[in-house]
Amino acid sequence: MSADANLSRGLGRSYGDASLPPDDRPDVLNTTFADRILSLDDDTGLFRAESGLALSELNRLLMPRGYFSPVSPGTKFVTLGGMVAADVHGKNQHRDGNFGDHVTALKMRVADGRVLECSPERHPDLFRATIGGMGLTGHILEVEFGMRRIPSQWIWQESRRIHNIDEFQDALEDAAPEWPYTMGWIDCLARGKHMGRGILMTGRWAEADQAPSGAPKRGFQPRLRFDWPEWVISGLTIRMFNELYYRKQWRRQSSGIVSHESFYYPLDAIGSWNRMYGRRGFTQYQCVLPREAGRSSARRVLDVLTTRGGASFLCVIKDFGRESSGILSFPRPGITLALDIAVRDDTQELVDALNEQVLQEGGRVYLAKDSFTRREHFEAMEGPRLDEFRAVRDRWDPDHRFRSAQSVRLLGD
Amino acid sequence: MRVAFLGATKGMGRALARQMAERGDTICLLGRNIVDLERSAADLSVRGATDSVGSVACDLENPETFASAIEAAREALGGLDAVVVTAGVFATQEELEADPALAERLLRINFSNTVMFCEAAKKALLEEGGGALCVFSSVAGERGRKPVILYGAAKAGLTRYLEGLDHKHRADGLRVVTVKPGFVKTSMTAGLDPPPFAGEPDAVAQRVLGAIDRGAPVVYAPAPWRLIMAVIRALPRAIMRRINF
Repeated sequence: MSADANLSRGLGRSYGDASLPPDDRPDVLNTTFADRILSLDDDTGLFRAESGLALSELNRLLMPRGYFSPVSPGTKFVTLGGMVAADVHGKNQHRDGNFGDHVTALKMRVADGRVLECSPERHPDLFRATIGGMGLTGHILEVEFGMRRIPSQWIWQESRRIHNIDEFQDALEDAAPEWPYTMGWIDCLARGKHMGRGILMTGRWAEADQAPSGAPKRGFQPRLRFDWPEWVISGLTIRMFNELYYRKQWRRQSSGIVSHESFYYPLDAIGSWNRMYGRRGFTQYQCVLPREAGRSSARRVLDVLTTRGGASFLCVIKDFGRESSGILSFPRPGITLALDIAVRDDTQELVDALNEQVLQEGGRVYLAKDSFTRREHFEAMEGPRLDEFRAVRDRWDPDHRFRSAQSVRLLGD
Repeated sequence: MRVAFLGATKGMGRALARQMAERGDTICLLGRNIVDLERSAADLSVRGATDSVGSVACDLENPETFASAIEAAREALGGLDAVVVTAGVFATQEELEADPALAERLLRINFSNTVMFCEAAKKALLEEGGGALCVFSSVAGERGRKPVILYGAAKAGLTRYLEGLDHKHRADGLRVVTVKPGFVKTSMTAGLDPPPFAGEPDAVAQRVLGAIDRGAPVVYAPAPWRLIMAVIRALPRAIMRRINF
């Protein structure tokens, strides 16, 4: 099947247009039927599966046996192929890097129809371009990576109230050596001296003797059945939500044992939560600001959002520790901000303004989330990395058979 | 349970075999493509945390392979408690009308060859003193319907055969389970527009596994199809001629 299609699509959870086909070639390969586990080495944790296997299924099967993916994004409804293509990161990025850093081999079908194995040693150029390559180098058929051992399925979590964006960056930096998992939620509507106030969440796997016996129970899972009207997500409701969420952490600091699901995948608890944003949906704007840009860069980016009256329902902050091996991978040492923005008439202008600020800071955006960035902004952000990616792509797919709506928009395919 | 499974590599068969493996059943996979069988065997053995899942070549197009394949599976499993058949082919009514060779092949595989496979399975199970024979037929065999005339005819024949087998051998300990799936979202139906009440393979598998354990003779999956088909069976011909269901 992979012989004919020009783009693979897994569970479609990338927020942008990376898994959507270009207008002139509507066929996309659905990978989710290719979901077989091929091997698990119980001594080393080395794991191999077809690329359509979902992380949710992997967790369900292997967490009770003490294994967890070395890197997990904020939703479990992703396929292994998607995790490679977006080179996803998680709350442990500052310590363990990206998913691609743990991938040891990929089986691919490339543009000329060949099926081949690539790894850091075999076809390293293809391997590095595929990790974070948004599906543009070929179909990812199989993924091999090392699983992590975990002592329980529970997380010891501490959360702490933070008063502004500068304190947040200090707190993330202080927590980094001590905690394997860190991230923060910020109230992006607070301005002035409260700008960037929020809650820092840190966690580590609970030891077996700290954790409740057995696995976390599955509670009721609500599901949104229809698109909410657009007035539901307005400046007022966002302000109320953010205020309440901040007040929820009424103690300076709290801690306790939580299930890994509520720690990692809070939004997965509500099926089709995206329908809350109405028919036009939402976009996520995620950028990274390099360490060299200094502490104040995050304040400048949030300023662009608040002065334009933009409101983000959820805003997440996280520090990145290192760059990944993928040519176009997103992270670099610094701070990342992710803003969930309901799509309204002025969204394009808002994203343009944010991109211009991020460009000045020397940062870049995350392609897995993006559907509004303009080509000139993208090219300016990526510079020589994009040249390297284009060179590898031209080598393996000179006719640019593999294309997506995103590659048409950003690479001019 | 020791299970010989024809058709565990794809779709509903894959989902059912996984649920069996996860609860600790031992499965021997039968099928045409040995490389594909071994990939599924690897999947099932990781899920079941066992390494004793065998695979045996068996081609539903080639009845000579049936008895020896079942025998090989029985040997590999050290006995036999159940045989599951989910294999079969599907094509739309238009494709079958346009290609008589394809139609002949579909009728042969889905009816006569499947029946002959069941005959061999029945023999082995009776020698074991009984067991479950679970075969996937279809709601398409319930009524002559415009979109599935040929496919439905083969499935109707299969359903009647399985019914007769149940009547004759229930007392001997043979539990024949006829599965009648409605529309289920699998690789077989990918590209077709799912109707209301389209099912997921996992939910179907769960119902089927329950039916095998209870020895229920007929199981519709997803459940609403029992009611839907009761209505369809009751419709007068004058209406069947008008609707395109």
